Amino acid sequence: MDMIRRTVLKGAGATGMLAGLLAAGVLKPTLAYAEDWNKAAFEAKDINEALKSLGAASAADHKDLVIKAPEIAENGSVVPVDVSSNIPNTTSIAILILKNPFPLSSQFEFSNGAMTDVSIRVKVADTSVIRAIAKADGKFYSTQKEVKVTVGGCGG
Amino acid sequence: MADPMKIRAQIKGDVAEIRVLMSHPMETGQRKDSDGKIIPAHYIQTVTVALNGKNVVSGQTGGSVSRNPVFGFKVKGAKAGDKVAVTWKDNKGDSRTDEASIA
Repeated sequence: MDMIRRTVLKGAGATGMLAGLLAAGVLKPTLAYAEDWNKAAFEAKDINEALKSLGAASAADHKDLVIKAPEIAENGSVVPVDVSSNIPNTTSIAILILKNPFPLSSQFEFSNGAMTDVSIRVKVADTSVIRAIAKADGKFYSTQKEVKVTVGGCGG
Repeated sequence: MADPMKIRAQIKGDVAEIRVLMSHPMETGQRKDSDGKIIPAHYIQTVTVALNGKNVVSGQTGGSVSRNPVFGFKVKGAKAGDKVAVTWKDNKGDSRTDEASIA
C-alpha cells in the first residue's frame, strides 16, 4: 500500500517539475518532435491530404507489395495487418486506413539489414480499405485491401 | 513510468524475427468519457529498433495504432546473442527503452 502511495507521490512530483520546465521554455515539445514525426501527414483528415504530406500523391500499384489482413474483423479496435514489400530497394512502408478520422496509422523506415516487412495491430473505425505505400528508389508504390468490420460482433 | 515492453527475438536461419508488445493506452483524442468530455490524446509517436546499437527500423505512429501496440519486424544477418533495443516516445514526452537478446 505504502509503495503505491509513494509511487503516486513521486509521479505527481515529476509531472509538476516537467510542467515547470515546459513553462520556462527549457523543453519545447513541438521542436523536439518536428524532426522525427510527420505532424502534417498524421493529422491529415483525408487520404489525399495524407498522401500529399508523405510525398506519395502519385503512387502506382505494384504486385510485389502485399497486405495481409483479415477479410472480416469482428473487433475493429484490434485488426492485425502485415505489410511486406518485395520491390527492390524498398526503404519505407506506410499504412493508411481510408475511413479513419486520421487515415495515416504508421510509417516505417528500414535500414542496416531490416527486411521490408512489418506487422502491426490497428484500429479500423468502419469497413474500410487499407492502403499500403512503399517507397523504393525514390518512387512510391501502393496496394490496397478491404477489411469488413462487424458492428455489434454478431455476423454482418 | 510506463510498464516494460515484452520483446521476443528469435533467429530463423539468418533472419531475426522481433516481436514487441508495448503497454500504452493509445488514446486517439477522439473518444469521450461518460461525462461527454473528450479524453485527451495520448499515443506513441515514434518507435525505433536497434540491433547491436545500429538503427534498423525507425517508425512513426498515430493514434490509430491499437491499444497496447504489437509490432513485428524481421532483420537479416542477425545471430543468436545479438542485442535488440526498442525505444518508443509518446506525444506527452514520455519514453521507454527495453532490451532483449536474440535467442
